[in-house]
Amino acid sequence: MSEAFHTEEMTLNMGPQHPSTHGVLRFVIKADGEVMREAIPDVGYLHRSIEKIAEKVGYHGFMPYTDRVDYVCAMFTNQGWAMACEKLGNVEVPRRGEYCRVIATEFNRLASHLLTVGLMGMDIGAMTPFLHALREREMINDLIEELCGARLTFNYMRIGGVAWDLPPGWREKAIAYLDHLAPILDEFNSLFSYNKICIERLANVAVIDAADAINYNLVGPNLRASGVNWDVRKDMPYSVYPELEFDVPLGSGEWGTTGDAMDRYMMRIREMVQSSRILRQALKQMPEGAVLGKVVRNFKPPAGECQIRVESARGDQGWYVVSDGTGFPWRVHVRTGSFAAMGMIQKLSRGLMIADLVVLIASLDVIAPEIDR
Amino acid sequence: MESLAILKRVGERFPGKVLELSERKPDPFAVVDSASIVEFGRFLRDDPEFAMDCLSNETGVDYKEHVEVVYHLFSYSHRHGCELKVKLPRANPEVASVEEIWRAANWMEREIFDLLGVNFIGHSDMRRILMPEDWLGYPLRKDFVEPLEYHGIATVRESPIIRLDQQKKK
Repeated sequence: MSEAFHTEEMTLNMGPQHPSTHGVLRFVIKADGEVMREAIPDVGYLHRSIEKIAEKVGYHGFMPYTDRVDYVCAMFTNQGWAMACEKLGNVEVPRRGEYCRVIATEFNRLASHLLTVGLMGMDIGAMTPFLHALREREMINDLIEELCGARLTFNYMRIGGVAWDLPPGWREKAIAYLDHLAPILDEFNSLFSYNKICIERLANVAVIDAADAINYNLVGPNLRASGVNWDVRKDMPYSVYPELEFDVPLGSGEWGTTGDAMDRYMMRIREMVQSSRILRQALKQMPEGAVLGKVVRNFKPPAGECQIRVESARGDQGWYVVSDGTGFPWRVHVRTGSFAAMGMIQKLSRGLMIADLVVLIASLDVIAPEIDR
Repeated sequence: MESLAILKRVGERFPGKVLELSERKPDPFAVVDSASIVEFGRFLRDDPEFAMDCLSNETGVDYKEHVEVVYHLFSYSHRHGCELKVKLPRANPEVASVEEIWRAANWMEREIFDLLGVNFIGHSDMRRILMPEDWLGYPLRKDFVEPLEYHGIATVRESPIIRLDQQKKK
Protein backbone atom coordinates (compact mmCIF):
# COMPACT_ATOMS: atom_id res chain seq x y z
CA MET A 1 0.00 0.00 0.00
CA SER A 2 1.38 3.33 -0.97
CA GLU A 3 -0.88 5.43 1.20
CA ALA A 4 -1.01 5.17 4.98
CA PHE A 5 -4.27 3.85 6.36
CA HIS A 6 -6.56 6.84 6.59
CA THR A 7 -8.17 7.56 9.95
CA GLU A 8 -10.12 10.56 11.15
CA GLU A 9 -11.48 11.81 14.42
CA MET A 10 -15.19 11.45 14.97
CA THR A 11 -17.33 13.06 17.61
CA LEU A 12 -19.84 10.89 19.42
CA ASN A 13 -22.53 11.81 21.87
CA MET A 14 -23.11 9.61 24.91
CA GLY A 15 -26.02 10.38 27.18
CA PRO A 16 -27.73 12.12 28.83
CA GLN A 17 -30.02 9.09 29.01
CA HIS A 18 -27.45 6.39 28.45
CA PRO A 19 -28.21 3.50 30.81
CA SER A 20 -24.68 3.18 32.12
CA THR A 21 -24.05 6.81 32.90
CA HIS A 22 -25.39 6.44 36.46
CA GLY A 23 -27.96 9.16 36.36
CA VAL A 24 -28.38 11.91 33.85
CA LEU A 25 -25.03 13.00 32.51
CA ARG A 26 -23.58 13.40 29.08
CA PHE A 27 -20.24 12.92 27.40
CA VAL A 28 -18.94 14.33 24.17
CA ILE A 29 -16.49 11.69 22.97
CA LYS A 30 -13.80 12.42 20.44
CA ALA A 31 -12.69 9.07 19.14
CA ASP A 32 -10.49 7.62 16.47
CA GLY A 33 -12.04 4.25 15.79
CA GLU A 34 -12.54 2.53 19.13
CA VAL A 35 -9.93 4.58 20.96
CA MET A 36 -10.94 7.83 22.61
CA ARG A 37 -8.86 10.95 22.19
CA GLU A 38 -10.93 12.61 24.88
CA ALA A 39 -14.27 12.33 26.63
CA ILE A 40 -15.59 15.70 27.71
CA PRO A 41 -18.15 15.43 30.51
CA ASP A 42 -21.18 17.71 30.36
CA VAL A 43 -22.88 17.86 33.73
CA GLY A 44 -25.65 19.93 35.27
CA TYR A 45 -28.73 18.02 34.12
CA LEU A 46 -29.60 17.28 37.75
CA HIS A 47 -28.81 20.69 39.19
CA ARG A 48 -31.56 21.44 41.69
CA SER A 49 -29.90 24.42 43.38
CA ILE A 50 -29.85 22.65 46.72
CA GLU A 51 -27.28 25.11 48.10
CA LYS A 52 -29.57 28.03 47.26
CA ILE A 53 -32.56 26.26 48.83
CA ALA A 54 -30.58 25.97 52.08
CA GLU A 55 -30.44 29.75 52.31
CA LYS A 56 -34.25 29.91 52.17
CA VAL A 57 -35.50 27.08 54.40
CA GLY A 58 -33.58 27.31 57.65
CA TYR A 59 -31.47 24.83 59.57
CA HIS A 60 -34.05 22.21 60.56
CA GLY A 61 -35.96 22.60 57.31
CA PHE A 62 -32.96 21.77 55.16
CA MET A 63 -32.57 18.24 56.51
CA PRO A 64 -34.93 16.52 54.00
CA TYR A 65 -33.25 18.37 51.13
CA THR A 66 -29.87 16.94 52.08
CA ASP A 67 -31.24 13.49 51.19
CA ARG A 68 -31.41 14.62 47.58
CA VAL A 69 -27.74 15.59 47.42
CA ASP A 70 -26.87 11.93 47.16
CA TYR A 71 -29.93 9.75 47.21
CA VAL A 72 -27.97 6.50 47.07
CA CYS A 73 -26.41 7.16 50.46
CA ALA A 74 -28.59 9.82 52.01
CA MET A 75 -27.66 8.96 55.60
CA PHE A 76 -24.24 10.51 55.10
CA THR A 77 -25.54 13.79 53.73
CA ASN A 78 -27.96 13.86 56.67
CA GLN A 79 -25.07 13.31 59.03
CA GLY A 80 -22.81 15.88 57.36
CA TRP A 81 -25.46 18.57 57.63
CA ALA A 82 -26.35 17.65 61.21
CA MET A 83 -22.69 17.65 62.25
CA ALA A 84 -22.03 21.03 60.63
CA CYS A 85 -25.01 22.55 62.47
CA GLU A 86 -23.92 20.92 65.73
CA LYS A 87 -20.42 22.30 65.38
CA LEU A 88 -21.74 25.78 64.64
CA GLY A 89 -24.34 25.76 67.40
CA ASN A 90 -22.25 23.73 69.86
CA VAL A 91 -24.87 21.02 70.30
CA GLU A 92 -24.17 17.77 72.16
CA VAL A 93 -25.41 14.52 70.69
CA PRO A 94 -26.38 11.77 73.18
CA ARG A 95 -24.21 8.69 72.93
CA ARG A 96 -27.03 6.42 71.91
CA GLY A 97 -27.85 8.93 69.19
CA GLU A 98 -24.28 8.68 67.90
CA TYR A 99 -24.52 4.90 67.85
CA CYS A 100 -27.82 5.08 65.95
CA ARG A 101 -26.07 7.33 63.42
CA VAL A 102 -23.17 4.95 62.98
CA ILE A 103 -25.50 1.97 62.56
CA ALA A 104 -27.70 3.79 60.07
CA THR A 105 -24.79 5.14 58.03
CA GLU A 106 -22.90 1.85 57.94
CA PHE A 107 -26.02 0.02 56.74
CA ASN A 108 -26.36 2.71 54.14
CA ARG A 109 -22.73 2.20 53.12
CA LEU A 110 -23.46 -1.49 52.63
CA ALA A 111 -26.49 -0.65 50.51
CA SER A 112 -24.58 1.88 48.44
CA HIS A 113 -21.59 -0.39 47.85
CA LEU A 114 -23.89 -3.28 46.93
CA LEU A 115 -25.43 -1.08 44.27
CA THR A 116 -21.98 -0.03 43.04
CA VAL A 117 -20.61 -3.55 42.67
CA GLY A 118 -23.85 -4.68 41.06
CA LEU A 119 -23.80 -1.79 38.60
CA MET A 120 -20.22 -2.64 37.72
CA GLY A 121 -21.48 -6.04 36.60
CA MET A 122 -24.29 -4.53 34.60
CA ASP A 123 -22.03 -1.97 32.96
CA ILE A 124 -19.67 -4.58 31.62
CA GLY A 125 -22.57 -6.65 30.35
CA ALA A 126 -23.50 -9.09 33.11
CA MET A 127 -27.04 -8.70 34.38
CA THR A 128 -27.00 -11.49 36.98
CA PRO A 129 -24.55 -9.95 39.51
CA PHE A 130 -26.66 -6.79 39.46
CA LEU A 131 -29.77 -8.74 40.42
CA HIS A 132 -27.90 -10.63 43.14
CA ALA A 133 -26.58 -7.40 44.63
CA LEU A 134 -29.93 -5.68 44.45
CA ARG A 135 -31.63 -8.63 46.14
CA GLU A 136 -29.37 -8.08 49.16
CA ARG A 137 -29.81 -4.33 49.00
CA GLU A 138 -33.58 -4.72 49.20
CA MET A 139 -33.21 -6.35 52.61
CA ILE A 140 -31.17 -3.41 53.88
CA ASN A 141 -33.83 -1.10 52.49
CA ASP A 142 -36.42 -3.08 54.47
CA LEU A 143 -34.37 -2.70 57.64
CA ILE A 144 -33.90 1.03 57.11
CA GLU A 145 -37.57 1.42 56.25
CA GLU A 146 -38.42 -0.09 59.61
CA LEU A 147 -35.99 2.33 61.22
CA CYS A 148 -37.11 5.59 59.65
CA GLY A 149 -40.04 4.93 57.36
CA ALA A 150 -38.29 5.59 54.07
CA ARG A 151 -36.30 3.45 51.68
CA LEU A 152 -34.26 6.02 49.79
CA THR A 153 -34.58 9.58 51.07
CA PHE A 154 -34.36 8.85 54.75
CA ASN A 155 -34.54 12.16 56.61
CA TYR A 156 -33.56 10.12 59.67
CA MET A 157 -31.19 12.47 61.44
CA ARG A 158 -31.90 15.66 63.27
CA ILE A 159 -29.67 18.39 64.60
CA GLY A 160 -28.69 16.92 67.97
CA GLY A 161 -29.26 13.24 67.26
CA VAL A 162 -31.61 11.02 65.29
CA ALA A 163 -35.37 11.12 64.91
CA TRP A 164 -36.24 7.64 66.16
CA ASP A 165 -34.69 4.98 68.32
CA LEU A 166 -34.25 1.44 66.97
CA PRO A 167 -37.64 -0.31 66.88
CA PRO A 168 -38.12 -3.32 69.20
CA GLY A 169 -36.51 -6.46 67.81
CA TRP A 170 -34.61 -4.53 65.18
CA ARG A 171 -31.20 -5.30 66.63
CA GLU A 172 -31.76 -9.07 66.26
CA LYS A 173 -32.97 -8.63 62.69
CA ALA A 174 -29.92 -6.54 61.87
CA ILE A 175 -27.53 -9.13 63.28
CA ALA A 176 -29.38 -11.89 61.45
CA TYR A 177 -28.96 -9.91 58.24
CA LEU A 178 -25.21 -9.51 58.81
CA ASP A 179 -24.93 -13.27 59.40
CA HIS A 180 -26.77 -13.79 56.14
CA LEU A 181 -24.63 -11.29 54.19
CA ALA A 182 -21.17 -12.73 54.99
CA PRO A 183 -21.53 -15.93 52.91
CA ILE A 184 -23.37 -13.97 50.21
CA LEU A 185 -20.34 -11.72 49.76
CA ASP A 186 -18.12 -14.79 49.33
CA GLU A 187 -20.58 -16.15 46.82
CA PHE A 188 -20.63 -12.82 44.99
CA ASN A 189 -16.84 -12.85 44.85
CA SER A 190 -16.64 -16.31 43.39
CA LEU A 191 -19.51 -15.59 41.01
CA PHE A 192 -18.31 -12.24 39.74
CA SER A 193 -15.27 -10.55 41.34
CA TYR A 194 -12.80 -13.36 40.72
CA ASN A 195 -14.39 -14.26 37.43
CA LYS A 196 -11.84 -14.22 34.64
CA ILE A 197 -13.98 -11.96 32.46
CA CYS A 198 -14.38 -9.40 35.24
CA ILE A 199 -10.66 -9.33 35.98
CA GLU A 200 -9.74 -9.06 32.30
CA ARG A 201 -12.14 -6.17 31.83
CA LEU A 202 -11.08 -4.24 34.94
CA ALA A 203 -7.41 -4.93 35.63
CA ASN A 204 -4.95 -2.32 34.32
CA VAL A 205 -7.77 -0.10 33.05
CA ALA A 206 -7.65 3.64 33.86
CA VAL A 207 -4.78 3.53 36.34
CA ILE A 208 -4.61 6.49 38.73
CA ASP A 209 -1.39 6.97 40.68
CA ALA A 210 -1.38 8.40 44.19
CA ALA A 211 -0.01 11.84 43.24
CA ASP A 212 -2.66 12.34 40.56
CA ALA A 213 -5.41 11.13 42.85
CA ILE A 214 -4.44 13.74 45.44
CA ASN A 215 -3.91 16.47 42.86
CA TYR A 216 -7.40 15.92 41.45
CA ASN A 217 -8.83 15.67 44.96
CA LEU A 218 -10.19 12.16 44.63
CA VAL A 219 -11.62 10.95 47.93
CA GLY A 220 -12.76 7.86 49.71
CA PRO A 221 -12.45 4.42 48.11
CA ASN A 222 -11.11 5.93 44.87
CA LEU A 223 -8.24 7.57 46.75
CA ARG A 224 -7.49 4.52 48.87
CA ALA A 225 -7.45 2.31 45.79
CA SER A 226 -4.44 4.36 44.65
CA GLY A 227 -2.68 3.49 47.89
CA VAL A 228 -3.27 6.67 49.93
CA ASN A 229 -4.13 5.72 53.47
CA TRP A 230 -6.78 8.26 54.38
CA ASP A 231 -10.10 7.51 55.96
CA VAL A 232 -11.88 10.31 57.78
CA ARG A 233 -13.33 7.79 60.24
CA LYS A 234 -9.80 6.84 61.30
CA ASP A 235 -7.73 9.95 60.69
CA MET A 236 -10.11 12.74 61.74
CA PRO A 237 -12.37 10.69 63.98
CA TYR A 238 -15.93 11.86 64.47
CA SER A 239 -18.97 10.37 66.15
CA VAL A 240 -18.09 7.14 68.04
CA TYR A 241 -15.68 5.70 65.47
CA PRO A 242 -12.69 5.81 67.89
CA GLU A 243 -14.51 3.20 70.00
CA LEU A 244 -14.95 0.82 67.09
CA GLU A 245 -12.35 -1.44 65.62
CA PHE A 246 -11.97 -1.71 61.85
CA ASP A 247 -9.31 -1.76 59.16
CA VAL A 248 -8.87 0.59 56.23
CA PRO A 249 -8.37 -1.50 53.09
CA LEU A 250 -5.96 -0.11 50.52
CA GLY A 251 -5.46 -0.80 46.84
CA SER A 252 -2.80 -3.44 46.35
CA GLY A 253 -2.55 -3.96 42.61
CA GLU A 254 -3.17 -7.66 43.17
CA TRP A 255 -4.70 -8.18 39.72
CA GLY A 256 -2.82 -5.53 37.77
CA THR A 257 -1.54 -2.13 38.76
CA THR A 258 -2.25 -0.27 41.98
CA GLY A 259 -5.04 2.21 41.33
CA ASP A 260 -6.67 0.44 38.39
CA ALA A 261 -10.39 -0.14 37.98
CA MET A 262 -10.16 -3.58 39.57
CA ASP A 263 -8.59 -2.11 42.70
CA ARG A 264 -11.33 0.48 42.92
CA TYR A 265 -13.96 -2.20 42.47
CA MET A 266 -12.43 -4.50 45.11
CA MET A 267 -12.26 -1.56 47.52
CA ARG A 268 -16.05 -1.64 47.79
CA ILE A 269 -16.14 -5.38 48.47
CA ARG A 270 -13.51 -5.05 51.20
CA GLU A 271 -15.21 -2.04 52.75
CA MET A 272 -18.44 -4.01 53.00
CA VAL A 273 -16.63 -6.58 55.13
CA GLN A 274 -15.31 -3.78 57.38
CA SER A 275 -18.74 -2.14 57.59
CA SER A 276 -20.20 -5.45 58.75
CA ARG A 277 -17.53 -5.57 61.45
CA ILE A 278 -18.35 -2.03 62.59
CA LEU A 279 -22.06 -2.85 62.63
CA ARG A 280 -21.64 -5.95 64.77
CA GLN A 281 -19.62 -4.01 67.34
CA ALA A 282 -21.93 -1.01 67.33
CA LEU A 283 -25.05 -3.14 67.72
CA LYS A 284 -23.41 -4.92 70.65
CA GLN A 285 -21.90 -1.92 72.45
CA MET A 286 -24.85 0.42 72.08
CA PRO A 287 -25.63 2.16 75.39
CA GLU A 288 -29.14 2.91 76.62
CA GLY A 289 -30.47 6.44 76.80
CA ALA A 290 -31.97 9.20 74.70
CA VAL A 291 -31.30 9.47 70.98
CA LEU A 292 -32.06 13.16 70.46
CA GLY A 293 -30.56 16.01 72.47
CA LYS A 294 -32.44 19.17 73.35
CA VAL A 295 -32.30 21.61 70.47
CA VAL A 296 -34.49 24.70 70.28
CA ARG A 297 -36.97 24.69 67.44
CA ASN A 298 -35.84 28.13 66.35
CA PHE A 299 -32.23 27.07 65.89
CA LYS A 300 -29.94 30.08 65.49
CA PRO A 301 -26.25 29.24 65.71
CA PRO A 302 -23.90 32.15 66.51
CA ALA A 303 -22.32 33.90 63.53
CA GLY A 304 -19.35 31.95 62.25
CA GLU A 305 -18.36 29.32 59.77
CA CYS A 306 -17.13 25.76 59.83
CA GLN A 307 -16.19 22.87 57.66
CA ILE A 308 -17.10 19.28 58.44
CA ARG A 309 -15.77 16.16 56.79
CA VAL A 310 -17.72 12.92 56.76
CA GLU A 311 -16.60 9.64 55.25
CA SER A 312 -19.52 8.89 52.96
CA ALA A 313 -19.80 5.84 50.72
CA ARG A 314 -18.41 7.99 47.92
CA GLY A 315 -15.67 9.36 50.14
CA ASP A 316 -14.81 12.38 52.19
CA GLN A 317 -17.77 14.74 51.97
CA GLY A 318 -17.07 18.31 53.01
CA TRP A 319 -19.80 20.59 54.34
CA TYR A 320 -18.92 24.27 54.49
CA VAL A 321 -21.54 26.29 56.34
CA VAL A 322 -21.53 30.03 57.04
CA SER A 323 -23.93 31.34 59.64
CA ASP A 324 -24.78 35.01 60.14
CA GLY A 325 -26.57 34.46 63.44
CA THR A 326 -30.09 34.31 61.99
CA GLY A 327 -32.32 31.28 61.58
CA PHE A 328 -31.21 30.82 57.98
CA PRO A 329 -27.71 29.77 56.90
CA TRP A 330 -25.89 32.44 54.90
CA ARG A 331 -24.14 29.95 52.66
CA VAL A 332 -23.97 26.18 52.44
CA HIS A 333 -21.56 24.35 50.20
CA VAL A 334 -21.10 20.63 49.92
CA ARG A 335 -17.96 19.28 48.33
CA THR A 336 -18.74 15.79 47.08
CA GLY A 337 -16.63 12.89 45.90
CA SER A 338 -18.40 12.47 42.57
CA PHE A 339 -17.75 16.08 41.57
CA ALA A 340 -14.00 15.62 41.89
CA ALA A 341 -14.07 12.18 40.24
CA MET A 342 -16.03 13.56 37.32
CA GLY A 343 -13.50 16.37 36.89
CA MET A 344 -10.80 13.77 36.39
CA ILE A 345 -12.56 11.75 33.69
CA GLN A 346 -11.47 14.04 30.85
CA LYS A 347 -7.84 13.36 31.70
CA LEU A 348 -8.29 9.63 32.32
CA SER A 349 -10.25 9.03 29.13
CA ARG A 350 -7.31 9.83 26.82
CA GLY A 351 -6.31 6.66 25.06
CA LEU A 352 -9.02 4.47 26.59
CA MET A 353 -11.40 2.35 24.54
CA ILE A 354 -14.98 3.61 24.36
CA ALA A 355 -16.17 0.44 26.06
CA ASP A 356 -13.81 1.17 28.95
CA LEU A 357 -15.39 4.55 29.60
CA VAL A 358 -18.37 2.85 31.25
CA VAL A 359 -15.93 0.80 33.34
CA LEU A 360 -14.19 4.01 34.35
CA ILE A 361 -17.46 5.71 35.38
CA ALA A 362 -18.63 2.65 37.28
CA SER A 363 -15.29 2.13 39.02
CA LEU A 364 -15.19 5.76 40.19
CA ASP A 365 -18.73 5.23 41.53
CA VAL A 366 -20.01 8.48 40.10
CA ILE A 367 -23.56 9.41 41.05
CA ALA A 368 -25.00 12.25 38.97
CA PRO A 369 -27.12 14.05 41.63
CA GLU A 370 -24.06 14.36 43.80
CA ILE A 371 -22.14 16.11 41.03
CA ASP A 372 -24.85 18.61 40.23
CA ARG A 373 -26.56 19.11 43.58
CA MET B 1 0.19 21.44 62.88
CA GLU B 2 -2.90 23.24 64.11
CA SER B 3 -4.52 25.29 61.37
CA LEU B 4 -4.23 28.50 63.40
CA ALA B 5 -0.51 27.88 63.91
CA ILE B 6 -0.10 27.32 60.15
CA LEU B 7 -1.84 30.59 59.39
CA LYS B 8 0.38 32.45 61.87
CA ARG B 9 3.51 30.96 60.31
CA VAL B 10 2.29 31.96 56.86
CA GLY B 11 1.68 35.48 58.17
CA GLU B 12 5.28 35.67 59.35
CA ARG B 13 6.54 34.41 56.00
CA PHE B 14 4.52 36.93 53.97
CA PRO B 15 4.50 40.14 56.03
CA GLY B 16 1.77 42.52 54.99
CA LYS B 17 0.07 40.08 52.65
CA VAL B 18 -2.12 38.38 55.25
CA LEU B 19 -4.75 41.06 55.65
CA GLU B 20 -6.79 39.52 58.43
CA LEU B 21 -6.33 36.54 60.71
CA SER B 22 -9.53 35.40 62.25
CA GLU B 23 -10.08 33.10 65.17
CA ARG B 24 -13.75 33.30 64.44
CA LYS B 25 -15.23 30.23 66.01
CA PRO B 26 -15.31 27.42 65.29
CA ASP B 27 -12.91 27.44 62.30
CA PRO B 28 -10.00 29.90 61.93
CA PHE B 29 -9.15 31.43 58.57
CA ALA B 30 -6.85 34.04 57.02
CA VAL B 31 -7.84 36.65 54.47
CA VAL B 32 -4.93 37.12 52.11
CA ASP B 33 -4.01 39.60 49.42
CA SER B 34 -5.95 38.55 46.31
CA ALA B 35 -3.10 39.52 43.96
CA SER B 36 -0.74 36.99 45.52
CA ILE B 37 -2.96 33.92 45.98
CA VAL B 38 -0.89 31.94 43.48
CA GLU B 39 2.28 32.82 45.39
CA PHE B 40 0.65 31.61 48.63
CA GLY B 41 -0.54 28.43 46.95
CA ARG B 42 2.84 27.56 45.49
CA PHE B 43 4.59 28.23 48.78
CA LEU B 44 2.15 26.14 50.83
CA ARG B 45 2.30 23.27 48.37
CA ASP B 46 6.07 23.18 47.89
CA ASP B 47 7.36 24.02 51.37
CA PRO B 48 8.10 20.69 53.08
CA GLU B 49 6.91 22.08 56.40
CA PHE B 50 3.36 22.53 55.05
CA ALA B 51 3.20 20.29 51.93
CA MET B 52 -0.41 21.13 51.14
CA ASP B 53 -0.72 18.74 48.24
CA CYS B 54 -4.50 18.85 48.05
CA LEU B 55 -7.02 21.61 47.42
CA SER B 56 -9.76 19.97 49.37
CA ASN B 57 -12.41 22.58 48.66
CA GLU B 58 -12.74 25.85 46.83
CA THR B 59 -15.94 27.80 46.95
CA GLY B 60 -17.33 31.30 46.96
CA VAL B 61 -19.59 33.31 49.24
CA ASP B 62 -21.49 36.49 48.41
CA TYR B 63 -21.47 38.91 51.37
CA LYS B 64 -23.50 41.72 49.68
CA GLU B 65 -20.59 44.19 50.09
CA HIS B 66 -17.99 41.90 48.56
CA VAL B 67 -17.49 38.39 47.24
CA GLU B 68 -15.15 35.93 48.88
CA VAL B 69 -13.39 32.93 47.43
CA VAL B 70 -12.58 30.32 50.09
CA TYR B 71 -9.74 27.81 49.75
CA HIS B 72 -9.55 24.78 52.02
CA LEU B 73 -6.06 23.35 51.70
CA PHE B 74 -5.01 19.99 53.03
CA SER B 75 -1.85 17.96 53.35
CA TYR B 76 -2.08 14.17 53.17
CA SER B 77 1.50 13.71 54.35
CA HIS B 78 1.24 15.92 57.45
CA ARG B 79 -2.52 15.44 57.94
CA HIS B 80 -3.18 19.10 58.54
CA GLY B 81 -5.06 21.80 56.71
CA CYS B 82 -5.90 25.48 56.69
CA GLU B 83 -8.41 27.87 55.23
CA LEU B 84 -7.50 30.89 53.12
CA LYS B 85 -9.83 33.52 51.73
CA VAL B 86 -9.60 36.35 49.26
CA LYS B 87 -11.97 39.30 49.25
CA LEU B 88 -13.00 40.61 45.85
CA PRO B 89 -15.07 43.59 44.74
CA ARG B 90 -18.61 42.63 43.90
CA ALA B 91 -18.80 44.58 40.62
CA ASN B 92 -16.18 42.69 38.63
CA PRO B 93 -14.59 40.01 40.78
CA GLU B 94 -11.37 38.64 39.32
CA VAL B 95 -8.67 36.49 40.84
CA ALA B 96 -5.85 34.37 39.46
CA SER B 97 -6.66 30.70 38.96
CA VAL B 98 -4.86 28.11 41.09
CA GLU B 99 -5.49 25.40 38.51
CA GLU B 100 -1.77 25.15 37.73
CA ILE B 101 -1.05 24.32 41.37
CA TRP B 102 -3.91 21.90 42.06
CA ARG B 103 -5.73 20.40 39.07
CA ALA B 104 -8.84 19.89 41.17
CA ALA B 105 -9.36 23.65 41.01
CA ASN B 106 -10.42 23.37 37.36
CA TRP B 107 -13.98 22.25 38.04
CA MET B 108 -14.38 24.01 41.37
CA GLU B 109 -13.47 27.35 39.79
CA ARG B 110 -15.87 26.70 36.94
CA GLU B 111 -18.60 26.16 39.53
CA ILE B 112 -17.77 29.41 41.32
CA PHE B 113 -17.76 31.25 37.98
CA ASP B 114 -21.09 29.68 37.12
CA LEU B 115 -22.91 30.37 40.37
CA LEU B 116 -21.21 33.53 41.68
CA GLY B 117 -19.68 35.16 38.63
CA VAL B 118 -16.06 35.25 39.80
CA ASN B 119 -13.71 35.34 36.84
CA PHE B 120 -10.56 33.25 37.23
CA ILE B 121 -7.66 34.62 35.21
CA GLY B 122 -5.49 31.99 33.58
CA HIS B 123 -8.10 29.24 33.85
CA SER B 124 -7.94 26.86 30.91
CA ASP B 125 -11.68 26.33 30.39
CA MET B 126 -13.79 29.12 31.89
CA ARG B 127 -17.28 27.95 30.94
CA ARG B 128 -20.49 27.48 32.87
CA ILE B 129 -20.69 24.02 34.36
CA LEU B 130 -24.05 23.45 36.09
CA MET B 131 -26.29 26.10 34.55
CA PRO B 132 -27.08 26.23 30.81
CA GLU B 133 -24.54 28.07 28.64
CA ASP B 134 -26.94 30.92 27.87
CA TRP B 135 -28.17 31.49 31.42
CA LEU B 136 -28.15 35.11 32.55
CA GLY B 137 -27.03 36.06 36.04
CA TYR B 138 -25.35 34.20 38.85
CA PRO B 139 -27.81 32.23 41.01
CA LEU B 140 -25.88 32.22 44.29
CA ARG B 141 -25.58 36.02 44.34
CA LYS B 142 -27.85 37.37 47.05
CA ASP B 143 -29.60 39.79 44.69
CA PHE B 144 -30.29 37.19 41.99
CA VAL B 145 -33.86 37.19 40.77
CA GLU B 146 -34.94 34.04 39.00
CA PRO B 147 -36.36 34.73 35.53
CA LEU B 148 -39.96 33.59 35.13
CA GLU B 149 -39.20 31.51 32.08
CA TYR B 150 -36.32 29.95 30.22
CA HIS B 151 -36.80 29.41 26.46
CA GLY B 152 -40.55 29.44 26.93
CA ILE B 153 -40.45 26.94 29.80
CA ALA B 154 -41.96 28.36 32.97
CA THR B 155 -39.68 28.20 36.00
CA VAL B 156 -42.58 28.70 38.41
CA ARG B 157 -45.95 27.03 38.58
CA GLU B 158 -49.12 27.90 40.37
CA SER B 159 -49.54 26.10 43.64
CA PRO B 160 -51.82 23.06 43.29
CA ILE B 161 -53.13 23.67 46.81
CA ILE B 162 -54.32 27.17 45.95
CA ARG B 163 -55.88 25.84 42.75
CA LEU B 164 -57.77 23.16 44.67
CA ASP B 165 -59.05 25.77 47.12
CA GLN B 166 -60.32 27.92 44.28
CA GLN B 167 -62.08 24.95 42.67
CA LYS B 168 -63.80 24.16 45.95
CA LYS B 169 -65.07 27.73 46.26
CA LYS B 170 -66.64 27.49 42.80
